[in-house]
Amino acid sequence: MNQIPSAVAWTWLIVALPLAGFVVNGAFSFFAPNAKRAISAVGVGVLVAAFAVAVVVVRAVGAAPPEEPWILTYWSWMPAGSLQLDFALQVDQLSAVMLMVVTGVSAMIHIYSVGYMGEDPGYARYFAYLNLFVFFMLVLVLGANFPVMFVGWEGVGLCSYLLIGFWYEDKVNADAGKKAFIMNRIGDFGFLVAMFLIFQTTGSLDFREVFAAAPAIFEVGGATITLITLALFLGCTGKSAQIPLYTWLPDAMAGPTPVSALIHAATMVTAGVYLVARANVLFAMAPISSAVVAGVGALTALYAATIALKQWDIKKIIAYSTVSQLGYMFLGVGVGAYASGIFHLATHAFFKALMFLAAGSVIQTLHHAYHATGRHEDAQDLRNMGGLQRYLPWTAALMWVGGLANIGVPPLAGFFSKDDILARTFARGHEAPLFYLFWALGAVGALLTAFYMTRLMAYAFHGPNRTGEREREHLHEAPWVMTGPLVVLALGAVAAGAINLPAVLPGHEWLARWLEPVTFMGGLYLVEGQLGAATEWTLLALAAGIAAIGMIGAWQLLKPAVLKPAREAPAETGIQRVLLRKYYVDEIYDTLLVRPLAWLSDRVLWKTIDAFIIDGVAVNGVARVARLVGWVGSRLQTGQVGTYVVIFVLGTIVLLRALLRS
Amino acid sequence: MPLDLTTPGGITLALTPELVLTVWVLVLMLVAAWRHRDAGVQREVGLLTVIGLVSTGLAVAWLWAQGATPVGLPAMMALDGFRFATSLVFLLGALLTVMLSLGYVDRERIQAPEYYVLILLGTLGMMFMAGAADLVVMFLGLELMSVAVYVLAGVNRRSVFAAEAALKYFLLGAFASGFFLYGIALVYGATGTTNLWLIHGRVLELGLGSNVMMIAGIGLLLIGFGFKVAAVPFHMWTPDVYDGSPTPVTAFMAAAVKAAGFAALVRVLHQAFDGLPIWHGAVWWLAVITMVVGNVIALAQRPLKRMLAYSSIAHAGYLLVAVASGSAIGSAAFLFYAVVYTLMTIGAFAVLAAAGTGGEQGVLIDDLNGLATRRPWIAAAMTVFMLSLLGFPGTAGFIGKWYILSAAVDADQRLLAVILVGASVVSAGFYLPPIMAMYMRPAPSAEAHQATRIVGAARWAVGVMAVALLLFGFWPNRALDAARRGGESLRPATLYTLGR
Repeated sequence: MNQIPSAVAWTWLIVALPLAGFVVNGAFSFFAPNAKRAISAVGVGVLVAAFAVAVVVVRAVGAAPPEEPWILTYWSWMPAGSLQLDFALQVDQLSAVMLMVVTGVSAMIHIYSVGYMGEDPGYARYFAYLNLFVFFMLVLVLGANFPVMFVGWEGVGLCSYLLIGFWYEDKVNADAGKKAFIMNRIGDFGFLVAMFLIFQTTGSLDFREVFAAAPAIFEVGGATITLITLALFLGCTGKSAQIPLYTWLPDAMAGPTPVSALIHAATMVTAGVYLVARANVLFAMAPISSAVVAGVGALTALYAATIALKQWDIKKIIAYSTVSQLGYMFLGVGVGAYASGIFHLATHAFFKALMFLAAGSVIQTLHHAYHATGRHEDAQDLRNMGGLQRYLPWTAALMWVGGLANIGVPPLAGFFSKDDILARTFARGHEAPLFYLFWALGAVGALLTAFYMTRLMAYAFHGPNRTGEREREHLHEAPWVMTGPLVVLALGAVAAGAINLPAVLPGHEWLARWLEPVTFMGGLYLVEGQLGAATEWTLLALAAGIAAIGMIGAWQLLKPAVLKPAREAPAETGIQRVLLRKYYVDEIYDTLLVRPLAWLSDRVLWKTIDAFIIDGVAVNGVARVARLVGWVGSRLQTGQVGTYVVIFVLGTIVLLRALLRS
Repeated sequence: MPLDLTTPGGITLALTPELVLTVWVLVLMLVAAWRHRDAGVQREVGLLTVIGLVSTGLAVAWLWAQGATPVGLPAMMALDGFRFATSLVFLLGALLTVMLSLGYVDRERIQAPEYYVLILLGTLGMMFMAGAADLVVMFLGLELMSVAVYVLAGVNRRSVFAAEAALKYFLLGAFASGFFLYGIALVYGATGTTNLWLIHGRVLELGLGSNVMMIAGIGLLLIGFGFKVAAVPFHMWTPDVYDGSPTPVTAFMAAAVKAAGFAALVRVLHQAFDGLPIWHGAVWWLAVITMVVGNVIALAQRPLKRMLAYSSIAHAGYLLVAVASGSAIGSAAFLFYAVVYTLMTIGAFAVLAAAGTGGEQGVLIDDLNGLATRRPWIAAAMTVFMLSLLGFPGTAGFIGKWYILSAAVDADQRLLAVILVGASVVSAGFYLPPIMAMYMRPAPSAEAHQATRIVGAARWAVGVMAVALLLFGFWPNRALDAARRGGESLRPATLYTLGR
């Protein structure tokens, strides 16, 4: 192992700073909830500082790329028998990429929040949670073993739950928080099972040891490794909102919009992709699991895109778009293109955070307008928007950048990253035709993406305004503290594609080569599928064509001019209704799982077993008997010394008798 | 630093802490006698006592750090980590008691400057008792401690309950001392020596494992110790005496006196009678009965002080589990738990002292209703003490219990471990109600808890105890290592060969 540079020793500071921010802001929320300047300074300051330290650390990684991860062990965490667990962080090329994405995007979103949440009474609590979230996210991406990562994994889930239900006075929000929490628990069960299996088979939970030992212990395609990776992937489907555990993410939009941008688009939901990329050896050794990952990813990509076609809530569209894009990432890591998955993760963090934050600006100004005139209309409904580019020119332009990047218009970031995934899926088609099917699913999904994104933009920003006569004068551009971060993110959405240009372009595949030391172990088990230059050019052209067809189609088919405001809109029918109601999946889950479980737990488990048998007979009964015995015992406490001596002597006799007899 | 205990220089150095404490006792007794019955002097004596205890502690730490070991066999006084560790525990208990007493004796108008001198004398007795290498020295220490504590129990001469407590304690204590002395006599009769190391050598050499005189002696010693540590069925004095004594004295008895009894018991059983299977079964049964009876009767107690008295009996049962294992891990578990137990017991009694007046016998658990809204810090501290006594994860009490459990499992006494866990479950029935009262019930009136306050040194003591319990609960490694070293120092595997 090569020498750890001194700059890397500062890694702990990246993690500690947001934690300190959480502690300070937590204290503020109790003692000085109105000291907004100080709260902003702390909340944003720690993130900017963490980002600066992250840059120093990542530069050190770039200066002397490590062959093996640098492990920084801080303290012995759980020494228990043969299990020796340290609280250790790990710095390598993959965690460096995640570090930049997490701290950079988080810093932008924190700045934006200063403007967006400025008037909220829970300002300090909000920043405390947000700082805590970043802390856990950094633990997740820097952890050097599965349990440390799991601490981060659970921690981000907790913060997500707290922030979704941030406006907990409203029951809908609190319910959405609970839904996210429960769905994630199902996934975490998989993660835990995987950890136990890994420990049982390899005797370790350290990433380095497990991955180094894996080739010798597991048989390629064997049952154990398949089970482990499938269990891990179950964890991923929960955290990263893939079929079948995706339904919590659109509901999670109940939280403040910057939270959606940070947690439910840029960082937390990508944790599953990171996990698969981190454990690439294990997944590469289990072809079946990898195919499942790719298949679920491709299906989710298409499926979520169809739902996004017909949603009216601007945040729900972006949320389903996120689910769909996460599907692409899983398609990437599923077909063994680990670098491509991480590439799309990074570019997506920029353009999706941009989309959410821009949508937040729109929602906020509509909300203010309706608040000013006292009308109760939905500030998130596309049918109440229209023509907003006249009132929010900056936001409109920046959101177009994000939208185009999401659609995959060359040369924006999303074009290169999405094409990279699809091209590598296509390249594996000669092994099994199944991959051609995955590619086709992805390509159709891309077409739909172009369509729904154009629809969103056209309905929100073009055509006549449908907000209302009196509200119109209250519509105005967001303050600079909110548009500034958008500009930075837009630059990322435009330029981030440059880090991994396709092989046929100059400077090709820089990110893939950067990640080589992390992914090469997994690469050993994959057939190298090379695409000819001609095929690659064709795929690039095809991707651009798909994007163009989708956009032009949407522009031609949709008529913003004749759209009615939400209040006057007619009810949808047929397939449109099915799409609007999201294929009724929530209702199906409710009927098939939730209600039978609720009945079982209410009638059988609670009223019969718990309330009657356990509480009534076992607990209270035993407690009553114990109390009775205790009462009898305290009656013996007569206060008479004579009685005490008698008992003493009796005890003596019994003790001596017992000792001397044996 | 090897010390020859047969030379005057060697024994003087080996006894440095005890000598330092003795000098303090003499000086303070003079101060107290010189200017009688003056509240200001009483405070001064109290503060000097704190200094005396700290300087003694430093002497112990110095001797420990020097790595003092005896040349050949230790005569009269042992010189090992266990002695130093237990001495520090007693000094800690005494220090916390004095800090609680400073405000308490003022409030209760107990004007007796010898109060502090008696605490010091009791502590000196404990140090001799737990550090003795000879049964006779141990008996001397036991009596020194006991007599001081008898007087302390009745130090509030205006209280009829205190007088009753002192008399009962004295009568029964004298009775139990007789058993202890008779036990020493029988052991001497069987082995011809009272030195613990030599006893161990003779027992193995002469094969005294089934000698009747020997067994009877061990049994009588067990009874004597059983009385001091309040093991069932020799516990009957405990509720009455704890109830009647001034609350800081009760804390002192429940924590330090009990720890001293256990330390001496561990030393005798693990050092002199190591390898004798005969006492394991007896201690096993004592542990079971004590845990069950203490916990079950505590369930029925409404007055807080009596509940804590029975709780201390229950904890004697837990400590007996550590003793019953008869291993180095058991001694280490005992040491760790003794520290934790000292902190949480004295803490709980400190809160009780704040919550009432006039001996605090009348404070019911229900009287804590709504304390959390009026006195949030006191309620928080009490919660820590209760949870730690319960053995709740995250507190030191959990780590301590877990360590005892691992000692029991290690010694293949699984049933005992199961009973301990069961008894702990029962104990939730009386440790949780105070928390429920403080946090979930409304205060009975607007003026309630106005008088409940902890002031001065006691505030520091309570704060430090609560924080230390949480700290040890999350980060016990350092303390566990120290306990392990202290526990291992009791293994005289090589020493008995020297005794031949």
